[in-house]
Amino acid sequence: MASTEIMTVNMGPQHPSTHGVLRLVVELDGEIIQKITPHIGYLHRGVEKLSEHRTYHQTIPLTDRLDYLAPMHNNLGYVLAVEKLLGIEVPERAQTIRVILAELTRLKSHLVWVACHALDIGAMTVFIYAFREREMVMSLYEKISGARMTSSYFRVGGLSSDVYDGFEKDVREIVDTFPGHFDTYEGLLTKNTIWLNRTVGNGVISAEDAIDYGITGPALRGSGVDWDLRRDNPYSGYEKYQFKVPVGEKCDTFDRYKVRLVEMREAVNIIRQALDSLKPGPVLADAPQVTYPPKENVYNTIEGLIHHFKIASEGFPVPEGEVYQGVENPKGELGYYIVSDGGNKPYRMRIRPPSFVNLGAIEKMAKGSMIADLVAVIGTLDIVLGEIDR
Amino acid sequence: MAETNRAVIKLREKFSASVLDVKEFRGEVTVTVKREDIVEICNFLKSSLAYNLCTDVTAVDYLGKQEPRFMVVYNLYSIPNKDRLRVKAGVPEAGCSIDTVSCVWSAANWLEREVYDLMGVVFNNHPDLRRILMTDDWVGHPLRKDYPLQGPGREPYKGRLS
Repeated sequence: MASTEIMTVNMGPQHPSTHGVLRLVVELDGEIIQKITPHIGYLHRGVEKLSEHRTYHQTIPLTDRLDYLAPMHNNLGYVLAVEKLLGIEVPERAQTIRVILAELTRLKSHLVWVACHALDIGAMTVFIYAFREREMVMSLYEKISGARMTSSYFRVGGLSSDVYDGFEKDVREIVDTFPGHFDTYEGLLTKNTIWLNRTVGNGVISAEDAIDYGITGPALRGSGVDWDLRRDNPYSGYEKYQFKVPVGEKCDTFDRYKVRLVEMREAVNIIRQALDSLKPGPVLADAPQVTYPPKENVYNTIEGLIHHFKIASEGFPVPEGEVYQGVENPKGELGYYIVSDGGNKPYRMRIRPPSFVNLGAIEKMAKGSMIADLVAVIGTLDIVLGEIDR
Repeated sequence: MAETNRAVIKLREKFSASVLDVKEFRGEVTVTVKREDIVEICNFLKSSLAYNLCTDVTAVDYLGKQEPRFMVVYNLYSIPNKDRLRVKAGVPEAGCSIDTVSCVWSAANWLEREVYDLMGVVFNNHPDLRRILMTDDWVGHPLRKDYPLQGPGREPYKGRLS
């Protein structure tokens, strides 16, 4: 019998499907994967360390750089955790706008996922279409916050400002046109023979293994586990909205693809319901120790000016204690664990990154399959290296 | 409410000697246990109380604030019961180690490697305890409180951040 030799191949960090700085050292027997050793790159923004040296408000711009595809979700998890520590209640209008923007962000993130996943496997058209649609959400971001990517729009206690006139019209235009676009993607991919051959039965991970590896989000639901934080641990008033939580059956790449596409349709549903329930009202909590005073007070009264200055430079004290807040990010459960010692800075802030934990299961998912299928497995996890390496 | 929590009652029943403290803050229950029994307790929480998802493993450095210096924190979630629980175990600076729970949840494998890398807590019997975010030859553990923000061997910047 011919003897076989194991070959070691470096995949990444420049490989187009490793999305940035991921390097996989793959040991191959022919084309079959025997072992994968991930080296998850050295981005090192040091967000956790930096946040120990900044006030609670100053940390917000650090959080949306974690996962640059879903900045508002990262803001949301952080401000919810700080609000929980403080024990303050956010007004209803702010909560509804937060939900609308969070779901738009989910669309934005999933659009990049479907684009890049399809491109990794070799479908170019979907990439161009999805980025075209994402542009609509991006310009909405720009109108709201002035930034196309890193919005930093949410504040502890509510929003940095109310939305502009015509916001509802713009959002309605998005929710009215997007379902048609989803049909286009499905038309291009769902029954495409090449797509099916590359995704069905690829990257299988059973429900039990997926939970064991701590996988969350669409990747877990693709394995048939019916679990969604928005429904099971509701925050920001998600309990008021009706939506389906899609789950897969075969636990493979195709199921995770289907789950994310249904999730996009459900996001449109949630945005519609939230728009219908949007009423006028304040967008900042009645907590003057924590929130910035209204601009007219800052400009016209000395007390307002001093107060604004104090909050901006010194921050605000937060009661001693520790909380954990998880939110359902497009990638999975993003959690903030904050320990406060009573000061104006987090004593310790830990970010529970979904991509990091999901990537931990890559060997389990890809072992024994062909190296060409590894590309599809990386794509189906929808990783963002900025979040993995924080 | 912490005293009526199902997990707390069961843990007190079964591990009365190892439960050091039970606290509730903003509706979240935290149980502090002895580090020697962490694997046994986690096994019990997973198999008998259905805390099947190990959401997070992390550590807090209480340098000069309290003894023991490190607190290893396990954020657990039960998918069937939709219930969260936080378990903590203190680890002293001398003999800075605790047993691994990666035999209970595979998710703990990478999370513990990160704690080891950034905090310097050693996990006994861990299958693959290597640095994960920093390079292999990196000196020091960046998330420790005595590790300077600007990095080692640099004159601290005297401006806003330092």
